[in-house]
Amino acid sequence: MHGVLAMIAQRIALGIATLFVISMLVFLAVDMLPGDPAEAILGQSATPASVAALRQELGLNKPLIVRYADWTAGMLRGDFGRSLANDRPISELVAPRLGATLSLAALAAAIALPLGVLLGILSTVHRDRALDRVASTASLLVISFPEFFTAYMLVACFSVGLGWLPAISLSSQGGFLETLTMLALPALTLSLAVIGYVLRMTRAAIMGVMASPYVEMARLKGVGPWDVVVRHALPNALSPIINVVIINLAYLVVGVVVIEVVFVYPGLGQLLVDSVAKRDIPVVQACCILFAATYIGLNLLADILALLANPRLRRPRHREARA
Amino acid sequence: MTNHGHLDRRSLLLGAGALGAAQLLPSNAMAQTPKRGGAFRVGISDFATSDSLDPTLVETQFSQHLQWQLRNNLVEAGPGGKLVPELAESWEGSKDAKTWTFKLRKGVTFHDGKSLTPADVVHSFNTHRRDGSKSMTKPILAQIAAVKADGPDAVVFELIDGNVGFPALTSSVGLVIIPDGDTDYRRGMGTGGYILEQFEPGVRSRVKRNPNYWKAGRGNFDTVEMICIKDATARANALLTGQLDAYNAVDPRTVALLERNSAVRINRVKSKAHFAFPMMVDQAPFASNDVRLAMKYAIDREEIVKRVLGGFGSPGNDHPLSAAYEFYDGSIPQRAYDPDKAKFHLAKAGEASLRVQLHVSETPFSGATDAAVLFKAHAAKAGITVDVVKEPEDGYWSSVWNKRPLCTSRWSGRINDDVLLTLGYSDTGTKAGWNETRINSPRLNAIVAEARKEFDTGKRRALYSEAQRIIHDDGGSNIFAFADFLDATSRKLAFGELAGDWMLDGCRASERWWFA
Repeated sequence: MHGVLAMIAQRIALGIATLFVISMLVFLAVDMLPGDPAEAILGQSATPASVAALRQELGLNKPLIVRYADWTAGMLRGDFGRSLANDRPISELVAPRLGATLSLAALAAAIALPLGVLLGILSTVHRDRALDRVASTASLLVISFPEFFTAYMLVACFSVGLGWLPAISLSSQGGFLETLTMLALPALTLSLAVIGYVLRMTRAAIMGVMASPYVEMARLKGVGPWDVVVRHALPNALSPIINVVIINLAYLVVGVVVIEVVFVYPGLGQLLVDSVAKRDIPVVQACCILFAATYIGLNLLADILALLANPRLRRPRHREARA
Repeated sequence: MTNHGHLDRRSLLLGAGALGAAQLLPSNAMAQTPKRGGAFRVGISDFATSDSLDPTLVETQFSQHLQWQLRNNLVEAGPGGKLVPELAESWEGSKDAKTWTFKLRKGVTFHDGKSLTPADVVHSFNTHRRDGSKSMTKPILAQIAAVKADGPDAVVFELIDGNVGFPALTSSVGLVIIPDGDTDYRRGMGTGGYILEQFEPGVRSRVKRNPNYWKAGRGNFDTVEMICIKDATARANALLTGQLDAYNAVDPRTVALLERNSAVRINRVKSKAHFAFPMMVDQAPFASNDVRLAMKYAIDREEIVKRVLGGFGSPGNDHPLSAAYEFYDGSIPQRAYDPDKAKFHLAKAGEASLRVQLHVSETPFSGATDAAVLFKAHAAKAGITVDVVKEPEDGYWSSVWNKRPLCTSRWSGRINDDVLLTLGYSDTGTKAGWNETRINSPRLNAIVAEARKEFDTGKRRALYSEAQRIIHDDGGSNIFAFADFLDATSRKLAFGELAGDWMLDGCRASERWWFA
């Protein structure tokens, strides 16, 4: 068990180092964009004098390295700084957006992940029969649609056509039920995309194990198809399934900008896009760091869970080559 | 969209809509009198996370709406550009138009109960004028030598030079009146029809009715909620499903679809907004007026209006004034597509085959790239090769516009003829960085300065007419279209004549409209 803890600690350290590198890259990338915040904020009406005044006020005349050092030092103290664009504390801007993104991701995950895994298992059990074929075709279809298309189709059907669900998801401080209604369509759109992936990956992972001699043995012993899949194959297919589930979870948090735009959902992705347009470097930084932390954190979790699910992975030296 | 019958049907429908509204009035006289109540929800396409309530930084239409929900100006720009007394009951200029005295309305209070005084007006103007101010209104206010209180209810502006149009300037959105000494703009303190409840930049705002509002029949809604919606389809869906009562910037391509829904009304308003391909007259090859004329003859304006604006606009005539401006001169012959004339001028300029780069992005207006590609096709017939260079959307105004000899531009229109010509076409405009064609005509500079001081409307008309001809004949502006504003509203809303200076009734829908 000591070895496992050391491995986990090592991975966490690696994660932190990655975050640090990402913060530098993001800072440089944003700085290299054409135009500067003062001009972006003032827009077409910017006059040289007003740009100079705003640059002075925002501290943009300081060298890049100084601005970066100031920002990182603040972050380490837990202070995200203030937005260049509207002078509000960034934590105040980001917190509700992060909450919104996380609740949408949570709802979508709650629908998509169990359903995807379950359908994947059912597909293997009913391999090459009607259910498997339908599930396989349908998932391929949904994966192939761009998300905004799925979103517009759902809106056309459930909002404009039937009038059951709202077309835009900006709740006006409603209760739990209202929030749930508001989240329904974006969560459904995301779920459709994710279910397909999870289903196909679960099916593929279990199928891989199904070819092993011990499954063959179980079958010869007369174990039923459901038991073969769930009791014999599934536990050994668990680590690739955990991996795909968690990567999709990360996608639900990080990759939903399009959905946020279509449903006018004030999540972190939209804040990021709007802030890039205004060259609001500290906010872009904060969003990127949060996204990166989510991604790295979830990958870490996937690694750790895979370690726990598959004892062989805990002994790197004896690790077998895996297909 | 090439089908004329289709366009005629649409204009017929618009006419029928107007007729319907007119018929409503006699049978329901109450509709004339604004009614109070209701929650007005409006979707706005133009917003930013940098939106604030700082009057020196009003860049988007979202913040413009919000300013006018919370605050008032000295003078309001009404429909048709008519000046309506707002916080100033009346105003008077000296004979040389150098000294302007504004009499303030009595009994007006701010949201916190403080009475309006001349000191508030002085503070509001000085907020822009002070050293180090980052205000965009500062260049316009450079003409003020002094602003001071005169007794308990008057404010006097001393101008450096005479300006007949000065009262109109005070209606610009940055010049809203805030309380004396106020620097905490986030409170949204003002004398306006609504009181601030919630404001999340780039997401939404919410205001409630000011029970003590001094204007009769205005600020009628119980609450107004504005929602930032960038996606045009999302705006339309939200109106169709009743989540919004109105939204701005309807995609011209969806007008026919929206009109099928009987609960939706499309408001089409002639505007001052124009689209252009400005050429810098001090840069090769546009230093030659024959080259500029060749370019102006080489564009088919009618087709661009039809295809890019879906017919919701009118062809421009290479000067910036539209019929929405007071001194528009309609007698200047409309320049039409004529490849032969273009070739003639090209030959006169000694350019056998002209090749130019046109820098474009969708930032100035959506459809700009399409317009540029159409222009390329038109110009090819005149022997001009236009290379369309696609630029990034971000940073377009700072790194392309006003930097490249030929690019794409949009002007939303200005308060009056003087402000537009001063900023866009005079030496003052060059200094402020607004003169996109770098035109530097001594006669034009003189006209602008002279007309500003001229009280005689007939003389002003003659001067501005000459200015329009100079820009049309000699300028670098290839102004090919004036856009109509297209807003969509629920039929439950009622309103009077709509203003054309901004979308949604001059950004004052919350103040002027009501639920019938």
